[in-house]
Amino acid sequence: MSSVLYDLPGPRARLRNRILGVVSIAAIVALVAFIIYKFNQTGQFEPRKWEQFQYASVQRELLTGLWATLKAAGLATVLALLFGAVFAGARLSDRWILRTPATFVVELFRAIPLLILIFFGYYVPLQYGWSIDKLWALVIGLTLYNGSVLAEIFRAGINAVPYGQTEGAYAIGLRKNQVLRLILLPQAFRSMLPAIVSQLVVLLKDTALGFIITYPELLFVGKQIGGRLPFGLPYVPTYLIVAAIYISICGLLSILAWWLQKRMSRLPRTAGKVVRTEDINAGATPI
Amino acid sequence: MGDFFRVLTDNHQVFLDGFTNTVQLFLIAAVGSLVLGTLLGAMRVSPVPALRAFGATYVNVVRNTPLTLVFAFLVFAVPKLDVNIDYFPSAFIALTVYTSAFVCEVVRSGVNTVATGQAEAARALGMTFGQVLTLIVLPQALRAMVPPMMSVFIAMLKNTTIAAGFSVLEAGAIPAYMAERGEPQMVVLSWIVIGFLILIIPLVVLQRFLERKWAVAR
Repeated sequence: MSSVLYDLPGPRARLRNRILGVVSIAAIVALVAFIIYKFNQTGQFEPRKWEQFQYASVQRELLTGLWATLKAAGLATVLALLFGAVFAGARLSDRWILRTPATFVVELFRAIPLLILIFFGYYVPLQYGWSIDKLWALVIGLTLYNGSVLAEIFRAGINAVPYGQTEGAYAIGLRKNQVLRLILLPQAFRSMLPAIVSQLVVLLKDTALGFIITYPELLFVGKQIGGRLPFGLPYVPTYLIVAAIYISICGLLSILAWWLQKRMSRLPRTAGKVVRTEDINAGATPI
Repeated sequence: MGDFFRVLTDNHQVFLDGFTNTVQLFLIAAVGSLVLGTLLGAMRVSPVPALRAFGATYVNVVRNTPLTLVFAFLVFAVPKLDVNIDYFPSAFIALTVYTSAFVCEVVRSGVNTVATGQAEAARALGMTFGQVLTLIVLPQALRAMVPPMMSVFIAMLKNTTIAAGFSVLEAGAIPAYMAERGEPQMVVLSWIVIGFLILIIPLVVLQRFLERKWAVAR
């Protein structure tokens, strides 16, 4: 394989690459072996640390945590998509009275750390003694932040459709909302779908912030299971299991996003360029 | 309105300490993730399959793990492995481990934006690997990397707040302190937002300026 950095390897380069390969495999194996040694030395493979995961009640606990995570993610996804659609619409409007406040809101919420947004929904009601569910504090924060990012994705998607499409649509006598609904949205949707899915992965990951406001989601449940003395404080096994759950769910969604991106780039059914999250600047990198 | 400024002047020490720690954490984690991320990025574009696979695995695992989980693992699980790290270094490690996956992707896609023909032409002129890298590839790749790299660091600056959940007194921990003192949280949080805007707006302005200045015509 030739790349921008190196040419097709000749005999000498092949030998060198092979030596480098062996050395790096040895280094990786050594790293893994060290981790396993450390685990073994501190008794992480002891049966009693893993025992409780066989109990139906502990499995149910994990599932309850996962359900709480998915519930927060699901509610926030629906609300963020709505928020994004409304604010993208407002930012694309011809009227400044809609455009300016929408731009302000979207830019502001993208600049505020998500945890601080969640704190607005958590500490402020707490102080006045209003009872607000922690779920909603989390969902409000997730909605405001991810909704603003989604608004930018939607706007970038619409703007990525070449202007000729709009001109053509007006020329055949369509109205403003027909142009948007019949011409721009169907093409833009295809080009922004991968970016939307990537952002939803971010949203799902960010539900873990609920841990900090003690919303009983997966990570919070993990801390409780890990902190049980009779089982030898099995934090390490528990967090490995929790991580495996997060990685498999988010990984599947990431693969979906990647597949969509490949597919959308291949099929020339849209005139718009595929929106990549990297293109939407200022802090909207899916982190 | 008087209340609004009183909250800041009465508690200026907490705000000052909080934001100083935030900036410190941001700066050292930025250096750390730049180093580790570039190393991983170099692995991902290297001719050695084992290194490429290692880099790809790292990125895919870390990118699909919540940062809060990385923090929790370092603070609660790692001490059980007889490795004792203080809270602030834990926060630094968590942010570095997490952010370097994104830095790695920026480095990789930056290198990949350079057309293969550029390097092929350079090699045809007889340039060595070092010359191709420093004279042809990097000058073009760096320009493409800077704006997304700044996005990554802006996101990291915001992510430093998560350390608040793990016993580090930084800007995100201010509300918890203020709750004890009974200060109006709406005002406290507004000041934190203003603090972050003061830190982030210059970065965004710089990013947009560099993006326009260094736009590469392709």
